[in-house]
Amino acid sequence: MKLPRLRGGTSLWIGGGLVALAMVVAIAAPLIAHTDPVLDANLMNAEIPPGFDFWFGTDAQGRDIYSRIVYGSRISLTVGVVSQVLNSLIGVTLGLSAGYWGGWWDDFVTGLTNLMLAIPSLIFALAIMAILGPGLSSLVVALGLTAWSYSCRVARAQVLSLKGQGYIQAARILGYGDLRIMFTQILPNILGPLIVIATLGMGGAILSEAALSFLGLGIRPPFPSWGSMLSEARDQITTAPWLSVFPGAAIFLTVLGLNLLGDGLRDILDPQSTTRRT
Amino acid sequence: MILVLGRRLANVIPTLVAVIALVFLLFSVLPGSFISGMNEDGRTTIDPQVMERMRKEMGLDDPLPERFAKYLAHTVTGDLGKSFRTREPVTFLIGQRVWPSLKLVFAAMSFAIVIGVSLGFVAALKPGSLLDTAAMVGAISGLSLSQFWLGLMLMYLFALKLQWLPSFGYGDGGLTHLILPAVALGVGPMALLARTTRAAVLDVLNADFVRTARSKGMSERRVVTWHVLRNALVLVVTIVGLQFGSLMGAAVVVEKLFAWPGVGSLLVDSVFQRDMPAVQGCILMIVIFFLAINTLVDIAYVVIDPRIRYGR
Amino acid sequence: MTQPLLKVPLLQVDDLHIALKGESATYNAVEKVSFEIGRGEAFGLVGESGCGKSITALSVMGLLKRPLSLGGGRIVLDGEEIQDASAAEWRRLRGKRIAMIFQEPMTALNPLSPVGRQIAEMFVLHEGCGWNEAMDRAEDALRQVQVPSPERRIRDFPHQLSGGMRQRVMIAIALACGPELLIADEPTTALDVTVQAEIIDLMAELCAAKGTAILMISHDLGLVANMCKRVAVMYAGRIVEQQEADAIFATPRHPYTQGLINSLPRLGERSRRGRQRLQEITGTVPSIASYPAGCRFNPRCAAMTEICREVSPEITPLPSNGLVRCHHHG
Repeated sequence: MKLPRLRGGTSLWIGGGLVALAMVVAIAAPLIAHTDPVLDANLMNAEIPPGFDFWFGTDAQGRDIYSRIVYGSRISLTVGVVSQVLNSLIGVTLGLSAGYWGGWWDDFVTGLTNLMLAIPSLIFALAIMAILGPGLSSLVVALGLTAWSYSCRVARAQVLSLKGQGYIQAARILGYGDLRIMFTQILPNILGPLIVIATLGMGGAILSEAALSFLGLGIRPPFPSWGSMLSEARDQITTAPWLSVFPGAAIFLTVLGLNLLGDGLRDILDPQSTTRRT
Repeated sequence: MILVLGRRLANVIPTLVAVIALVFLLFSVLPGSFISGMNEDGRTTIDPQVMERMRKEMGLDDPLPERFAKYLAHTVTGDLGKSFRTREPVTFLIGQRVWPSLKLVFAAMSFAIVIGVSLGFVAALKPGSLLDTAAMVGAISGLSLSQFWLGLMLMYLFALKLQWLPSFGYGDGGLTHLILPAVALGVGPMALLARTTRAAVLDVLNADFVRTARSKGMSERRVVTWHVLRNALVLVVTIVGLQFGSLMGAAVVVEKLFAWPGVGSLLVDSVFQRDMPAVQGCILMIVIFFLAINTLVDIAYVVIDPRIRYGR
Repeated sequence: MTQPLLKVPLLQVDDLHIALKGESATYNAVEKVSFEIGRGEAFGLVGESGCGKSITALSVMGLLKRPLSLGGGRIVLDGEEIQDASAAEWRRLRGKRIAMIFQEPMTALNPLSPVGRQIAEMFVLHEGCGWNEAMDRAEDALRQVQVPSPERRIRDFPHQLSGGMRQRVMIAIALACGPELLIADEPTTALDVTVQAEIIDLMAELCAAKGTAILMISHDLGLVANMCKRVAVMYAGRIVEQQEADAIFATPRHPYTQGLINSLPRLGERSRRGRQRLQEITGTVPSIASYPAGCRFNPRCAAMTEICREVSPEITPLPSNGLVRCHHHG
């Protein structure tokens, strides 16, 4: 006897709210920031604790931390969104084609996926960053090439289960081309789980960006990425702890929002929970 | 049983070769690697003649397949080349760092397992209770934290403000230096384990055989210890194995933050010194370690689950 | 006032209600269900899936779970009311005095535990045996349910046994402590037809030997009528008819029972009456939130009249020692 379940619920709304807030901040950054995040350094204002003039305080060069965090959201969200778009494209293309065509191509893709899963993704990204050098574009590439195995697996599994079903066979008999079947018949059916994976993956990418920037391999100072701000703040943890508190809290709230949103979306879009393991 | 184990081990070898190939390709084919990269940003300028000699010495001008064959042969015999910087064998450099890294990773994972699994268990036994809700809110928060920020905050609170624990370094290898980095590293997997354990236990509690157990007249405690525990464990073991991967990624950052003399900080330092043989060696070490862990998890399965033991 | 000293039945279910708590309302998943089972008697409960027969059985085991709860009525075991028993009291009843066999032999056994141990648990739980002694007795129990070479089988895991063998293990577990009542919930539905008969025979034989009463639950009227002395038919949470097994085939009184019987293929019938279509009951069982007013069978009933839509029929005794819940049972 099954009862209707409350779907999404609080986590969807809290998560959606946090993510929406982060997006609004990123888009409206020039409007809501108080100063320029890079240029407005003023040694007269160095290391002022949080207060009325400088909400989140200032750093050693007298830059307003609040404004830097506002602008930092742009980097985090860009990295998150673009890398997940890349991951989804790669994962879906490989997964769909492997599941649909099978044969040696399937074996190859499965092998590749297992190989990707055998390498810790942050280590992989770090290796790519070591080779490509720091910067936003290398970051996006490094994070966009290393986390597609989940969407690939889900896409492949779903195709395999859909392939035998009547309407796909009917489409084939009607003479639809393979690509057309894949994109018009199969893709819409697996969109739900993929959106959930991408949402949760975005949180992961933002954390990875922060970690790589913290190591000095991602976004380099003076550009205000939350990770690079933390990297600079570490040395002043004794004298100016607020420098560390706020960028970290910004990362936390954004990623928390994405995780909650992903959880909530999963309840709605993916009731059988094919993505539970991510 | 031995047969099943043997088959599992045999499966590792192709993956291992593929991983070695991937690491090799990454550093040999992409631009910006090895010698050419050494003077790229002007920090390390090398006399062109020296460079030429080094290229020769390392055989960098040979055709790719030949180089890979050599690399593979060397790697298999435990020779990972010489560090550009110290001219010492990379194996030796890594060897010094392995023990601290292992200590950190296992301490973090033990912390994660002990706290995470018990939290998930208790939460699942009283679903919807205050404790359950609190544990799950805590878990999703833990998943959203970046480990190095947590480490930084712990460092500030427990080392600098309260002065209970040393702020960084390895010390004499004792427990006090280990606590903060291990906790910082362990919170993420702990949160995930709490969530997955809860889900696994709830799954098992709804299984038919649990109803059978109850119909036998068993107390709830016996139902859990005799029938639920082991079945939930099978699911938890998978997650533990998978979590080692992200744990080792995060370990690099945490080691760097706490100036922990492990493989991770060697890796980061080598990246900055563009010491490519060392970078390559560290990455290979980490991947091989992860592979070994996953093989152990496979073996653990065979021990726990009779369906696999008898090759289904 | 001289009342004849009535023999106390083994199990007496009296005006049982089972409540299902939905999001906005609470429904009666089972209502006004009453029946009795004598010592050593085999009693059948028949109905389509969703009619409430399985949860009736679970309530007798005290195993109703979350959205379901006991809504009223009495469950009396050997003269003792057990519906409000404490958890500890239930534990002493379950397995020891009332045992149950479930439908799915695949999933009803713990996949990670050897079957011998799962039987032995019964002796450890209820008879205070040590594990060694319990394992010896588990081997005997397996022998009793005619599992070949039980000394080896006790170490097997469920996935190494066939469905029929697993159900034998379930029977061994259920009968291990010599219960007074065995509840069998569709014990053969998941099995091959050839195995079904073996399992039913084995159950009937063992229970007869030990004097164990059976509450047999099935959707299969033929199977139940074969095994049981008396049969009750449930529809949409209520018992609609109860008669001796022979009588129910000869003179079914409720239109639903008649429909069930007409939908059964009968051996030899074709040679006697020629080829005939099997009749089916039109329509489907209403969902619990939309039980119709009056008689719950009225939307599917051929004999339906005005009163059926308005007044819920009461249980009426039949001259032939049975009961029926129908306005037109004439």
